[in-house]
Amino acid sequence: MQVIATRPNTLTDLNFTYCPGCLHGVAHRLIAEAIDELGMRNQMMGVAPVGCSVFAYKFFNFDMQEAAHGRAPALATGMKRARPDMHVFTYQGDGDLAAIGTAEIVHAANRGEHFSVFFVNNAIYGMTGGQMAPTTLPDMKTTTSPYGRDVDDIGYPIRVCELLNTLQAPFFIERVSLLSPADIMKAKKAVTKALTYNKEERGFTFIEFISTCPTNWGLDAIESRDWAREKMLPFFKIQNFRDNGKEEA
Amino acid sequence: MAEKVLMKGNEAVAEAAIRAGCRLYFAYPITPQSELIEYMARMMPKANGVFVQAESEIAAINMVYGAAGCGRRAMTSSSSPGIALKQEGISYLAGANLPAVIVNVQRGGPGLGDIQPAQGDYFQATRGGGNGDYYTIALAPSTVQEFADMAALAFDLADKYRNPVIILADGLLGQMMEPVEFQPAKTEAELKVLDNQHLDWCCCPNEDEPNHHHHEINSLEIDPVVLEQHVIKLGEKYDKITANEQRWEDYNINADNEILVVAFGTASRICKSAVDELNDAGHNVGLVRPITVWPYPYDAVYKAVGPKVKKVVVFELNLGQMVQDVKIAVNGKVPVEFMGKVGGILFSTDEVKAKIEECLKEAK
Repeated sequence: MQVIATRPNTLTDLNFTYCPGCLHGVAHRLIAEAIDELGMRNQMMGVAPVGCSVFAYKFFNFDMQEAAHGRAPALATGMKRARPDMHVFTYQGDGDLAAIGTAEIVHAANRGEHFSVFFVNNAIYGMTGGQMAPTTLPDMKTTTSPYGRDVDDIGYPIRVCELLNTLQAPFFIERVSLLSPADIMKAKKAVTKALTYNKEERGFTFIEFISTCPTNWGLDAIESRDWAREKMLPFFKIQNFRDNGKEEA
Repeated sequence: MAEKVLMKGNEAVAEAAIRAGCRLYFAYPITPQSELIEYMARMMPKANGVFVQAESEIAAINMVYGAAGCGRRAMTSSSSPGIALKQEGISYLAGANLPAVIVNVQRGGPGLGDIQPAQGDYFQATRGGGNGDYYTIALAPSTVQEFADMAALAFDLADKYRNPVIILADGLLGQMMEPVEFQPAKTEAELKVLDNQHLDWCCCPNEDEPNHHHHEINSLEIDPVVLEQHVIKLGEKYDKITANEQRWEDYNINADNEILVVAFGTASRICKSAVDELNDAGHNVGLVRPITVWPYPYDAVYKAVGPKVKKVVVFELNLGQMVQDVKIAVNGKVPVEFMGKVGGILFSTDEVKAKIEECLKEAK
């Protein structure tokens, strides 16, 4: 009998704790597959955030650190500087990275730290129960924007890739989607590229995943996918913003 | 004996930290500790070490967390308002059982306060400082030499107990120049031992298949029963530190002391001059100087209250913080008095003398 599909070695045997329809599991798997394929696992370490993916430190099968809310890029800076022989990534959500951790991500990117950041944007705080995120869309209702996000009062969603793309140091910045099998295949390519550059010590690499939150959006998985395609993708454009490796090729 | 060099405390503690094997330093500029970050910026590259000027105090302490989680000697430094910002990271370090050294060159507070020497962060340093049930070892130097010597001690204690250690200095010790004699720098072989001392729990490479390890550096335990056991274990560690690591200096402590003075850090220097002058004039005044302000040397202070001591007087550069620990230590045996100076202003030897003389008079 031939094995044609298996769990990546980079994932532990634990079952994910995510809600039905949540795409964190897909993002985890893409990263894990790429790490396996690139043979990076034995030299890999990662940082888990605060938010729904707080338990990511249990799911990735190498040494992990759990950060305070928003501080993952600072931890990763300390880790990579302490162990330049190893490879480092952070995994962060939109509240973690684009609100409380804004300073940490901007400055880690600006220093061109040699690690990868995987940023999951689903326009809402999931773990704490569906509050407004820095990436919540205009007029979108959340438990802390119950009448819809009023952009005159609280401003517009932050486009993180575009923001980081104003900096000179980052090596690779791409926004991908997890909203269809085709998108997921493309996302896998981007993840593999980012981790390849990571392995080659090229510099700071950043991937934003456009994702969903069926539980807190009050939609089922299919409706969530459709809602994200219709509402999020026009605002958060799927594109590669920077690929310095491509210029060299 | 090594040569003595004249150095500011801020620079001396930085040099001593590098000699003690610190190769990772992350910090943010603030007066009156800026010579420390500047010295590290100059000297870390020469020691093949890492210097990063962080974007904030919060980032700096979290960089320390990341490096400490990789089992390496990492340090940050700041002054009072910056140390307040670091409290998040210090609590996480404590919760995750991580060794790290944090230097606080205290200045006047609260808030922005001023940039003069003060001891207003005593409560913060000795009562955890951040959220949750934890303690940091807190070492209070009183000379530039002691400030420098505490770098190696702080790292050794941090590694031994896997706990953050605060060096609680102040603007006077940071800015003042005194002769210092340094310990020899760690050799390459010694550094290698340090680098490998925590491989059983820290983030490190994973070559050994199939015995692939999965180390988690973490302060989160979502199951209350598990967290309960975790915190109980932390408590047992603090008990061990309390039993083993109390340090203090007895100064002219004898059975005929009439008054006992208790002071730490810069305040104790001024008090020693006053005690010397009073004893030269025929009085008998003793002084206890706590060196670890956590764990606090309660027994040492209690034992120093000799049979003829009528009063204990506490001098601090704050509104009266350590005096609470002195009262716990003295336990009602004799009255405890307090004199403080705030705003970054020091008391003079004469002011201290006058206060002690007043107590001597009342005691007759």
